[in-house]
Amino acid sequence: MSDHSEHHIVPLKVYFLVFSALMILLFVTVGVAMVNLGPFNIYVAMSIAIIKAVLVVLYFMHVRYSTRLTMVVAAAGFIWLVFLLGITILDYTSRSWIPGSYQ
Amino acid sequence: MSDAAHNSLVAHQFDDARQQQEAATVGMWTFLITEIMFFGGLILAYMIYRNQFAESFHAASRVLDVWVGCFNTCVLLVSSLTMALGVRAAQMGDRKKLVLFIIATMIFGAAFLGVKAYEYAEKFEHHLVPGPTFHFHGVPGHEHAPNAEIFFSLYFAMTGVHALHMIVGLGLMTWLLRKSIKGTFSKDYYNPVEICGLYWHFVDIVWIFLYPLLYLIDRS
Repeated sequence: MSDHSEHHIVPLKVYFLVFSALMILLFVTVGVAMVNLGPFNIYVAMSIAIIKAVLVVLYFMHVRYSTRLTMVVAAAGFIWLVFLLGITILDYTSRSWIPGSYQ
Repeated sequence: MSDAAHNSLVAHQFDDARQQQEAATVGMWTFLITEIMFFGGLILAYMIYRNQFAESFHAASRVLDVWVGCFNTCVLLVSSLTMALGVRAAQMGDRKKLVLFIIATMIFGAAFLGVKAYEYAEKFEHHLVPGPTFHFHGVPGHEHAPNAEIFFSLYFAMTGVHALHMIVGLGLMTWLLRKSIKGTFSKDYYNPVEICGLYWHFVDIVWIFLYPLLYLIDRS
């Protein structure tokens, strides 16, 4: 796979399928936003956004057809962001657990 | 693309076209990681303030028009499709289609910015731009928002730098358009098209996250 990356021309069908999936997911996320799921609204919306982003990265940005090195570099960026967001959020949400600590 | 190792399309530091292309792609992804961190910081600020001022964010978010945002998301997704098709045309060495798809991408990109400008103008009119004239009325049932100004500061910061990236993208597209009309790109050399495509899709991904964060999650 990685030896033929520059030969790979993605079939038109794949681009249109991915595009249709992105449009459907957009309307699903708008639809779900109108329904009150309490605290779960944000999780549903973010999950759909992540699925859309993964589709764009894999197919429109050709990561699925790229070399292993490109895959690792691209994945590292997003994983690192998850660490940074996750650790900071953990800090903010756990401050109230210790009475008298800095809020 | 088994061309001779050192033809004019391959810079002398590379062994072959394949290596040159991989270097360009990995280099672009490295730049995009810095962009992920840049927008990540803004998203983090948004998450922290939303957590802290949940009620204000809830009320302020409702002022934004979901359907205008949805329309703009559609426009941007279509521009990403035309960009992907443009890269494909470049890979096949189809100059005419490449030029057409770049123009289409530019039209949709410009349309996005046009709608954004309309939204901004509306915010100015309704005194929702942070500053001395800021005055939040809210929508019926959601008027109480003492910290709405923070929401709108983040709204303008996030959509503003995103729009700036779109403008840079349009600049890149203009450059690509000139080069493709001149016939610089061929089946054997289309790295700039691919790289600008990566940038364009990345800006699309940023919007994929901004739209639900700003417009959607406080809707119900």
